[in-house]
Amino acid sequence: MIKLSHIEKTYDSPAGPVKALKGIDLEIARGEIYGIIGLSGAGKSTLIRCINMLERPTSGTVTIDGQDITAMDESSLRQARKSIGMIFQHFNLLSSATVYDNIAFPLRLGHISEKDVRAKVAPLLELVGLTDKAHQYPAQLSGGQKQRVGIARALASEPKVLLCDEATSALDPQTTKSILELIRNINQKLSLTVVVITHEMQVIKDICDKVAVIENGVIAEQGNVLEIFTNPQKPITKEFISVLLSNSLPAAFRGNEISPKPVPGSYLLLRLTFIGESADEPVIAGMIREHHIEVTMLFGTLDQIKNTPYGRMIIGVTGDEAEIQRALDYLTERDLKVEVIGYVQRHASVAQ
Amino acid sequence: MSSDMLPLLSKALGETVYMVVISMIIATLIGIPLGVLLHTTAKKQILACRNFNRILASIVNAVRSIPFIILMVAIIPLTRLIVGSSIGTTAAMVPLVIASVPFIGRQVETSLKEVPEGIVEAALSMGATPLQIIQRVLLPEAMPGIIAQLTTVIISLVGESAMAGAIGGGGLGDLAIRYGYQRFRPEIMLATVIILIVLVQIVQFAGNRLAKKLNKK
Ligand SMILES: Nc1ncnc2c1ncn2[C@@H]1O[C@H](COP(=O)(O)OP(=O)(O)O)[C@@H](O)[C@H]1O
Ligand SMILES: [Mg+2]
Repeated sequence: MIKLSHIEKTYDSPAGPVKALKGIDLEIARGEIYGIIGLSGAGKSTLIRCINMLERPTSGTVTIDGQDITAMDESSLRQARKSIGMIFQHFNLLSSATVYDNIAFPLRLGHISEKDVRAKVAPLLELVGLTDKAHQYPAQLSGGQKQRVGIARALASEPKVLLCDEATSALDPQTTKSILELIRNINQKLSLTVVVITHEMQVIKDICDKVAVIENGVIAEQGNVLEIFTNPQKPITKEFISVLLSNSLPAAFRGNEISPKPVPGSYLLLRLTFIGESADEPVIAGMIREHHIEVTMLFGTLDQIKNTPYGRMIIGVTGDEAEIQRALDYLTERDLKVEVIGYVQRHASVAQ
Repeated sequence: MSSDMLPLLSKALGETVYMVVISMIIATLIGIPLGVLLHTTAKKQILACRNFNRILASIVNAVRSIPFIILMVAIIPLTRLIVGSSIGTTAAMVPLVIASVPFIGRQVETSLKEVPEGIVEAALSMGATPLQIIQRVLLPEAMPGIIAQLTTVIISLVGESAMAGAIGGGGLGDLAIRYGYQRFRPEIMLATVIILIVLVQIVQFAGNRLAKKLNKK
């Protein structure tokens, strides 16, 4: 659906040229929600703005639905933009127009009767749940409501693609959830291809099918969200994920040195990752039952990546070395991802 | 109060209002497009055109740097060419318009600059043409600011029209100088000053009200 080939973008600035994108290749399939994550200044906005030519790439091509939009003249580009909706971090609504008129804006750019405008705006108001606010001005709305207007406006011209540039970054966590839910709903209902730019892994985890991690104008890593989450390769990716998953040790262990070899009275710390089916099975219980080891739970979460259950756990194990090894094999056989953190002693001061 | 005062004042007030209103209408009709061009042809704007913008800005600056009283005298030949005479109320409007157009242009440009870039960008992303962006985004969004700025222009026009009056244009300024000053009639001077104050207050009040009504932020 969207294909970016060797996209480069260099800005001229008073301090000299700034290479914002250094050769980006990306392919986004129809109906997919594709996330692009990166730190501030990584080039995310530049990249998404190259998709609808708000920013012209210095070199490379952008193909949407088979059409090379980098080769278009202004007027065909305007036409092409009507099938690419966009929403923004700061909503960018007309402050002088009502909710209704904001949503009607893209419709009225063409030749259309007010009756047809009404027929199109009404269901959009309903979709985003703002029918009762139709005649209010943006200043009277909350951030979440403003973004809903932004979404309705972006959908008015019945686009095939929706671009979201940090669409939830100005919203509180709860509102973020509801906006992401809305985006996921319309993605399914309208089989819309969605590109999501964000600096928050949570957003990627909640709605994206695929993700690309961008760093300093290049793609560091890309793939299925589930794969990237469970098996990150690059430090930047690991960092994004670690923000989400608290890996810090409980008080009883914190501050103690982690050694690669067993020391007397130490626990072997393991980080376990469960995906899909195995997240539901009582694997840990099985391991304890069948082995002569002592297990202490240090940390555990059960979460979802889009719709797949996904769990993470840190456990401490003590016992006979050979028995521990058997327990590890037991876990690995059951499709758990096991990472050995190391051996660590408990603080003496903390009572058992 | 002398019997001739009332007709003198009402005639002068009528002339002032006539000069200000007509000059303002003409100057606004030219000044708003000028402001739009100044803004939209600037760097990174929707009609960016560096050289054109520079030339336009230089002309605007040049005219704005001439004090009104000098401009008025300097363009007498042009005034004669346009209205056929260099004295009278109608003739006074030529320098008034010429002085106000660049003033309005700059004021409108300032208001347009305050429209957040993101809103224009959103319109571009929806496939709006530059003309549609000017008509449906820039001007409506900047309107409260433009109204406030135009109010300032009207008030300075009242002052300039008094100067124009002094060189034969009629109006309140002319009356104040000829009667109040040259014929030692302080009551006419006082009445003129009061009328001017009231006039400016009314304009400012109406301008504020309208700007406030249009502002939905
Ligand atoms: N219009 C511009 N002119 C000059 N440099 C720019 C411009 N826009 C972005 N940049 C630079 O390009 C880089 C990428 O910016 P951006 O795409 O906005 O990053 P992100 O959205 O990931 O925070 C940054 O170094 C930024 O300073
Ligand atoms: Mg950005």
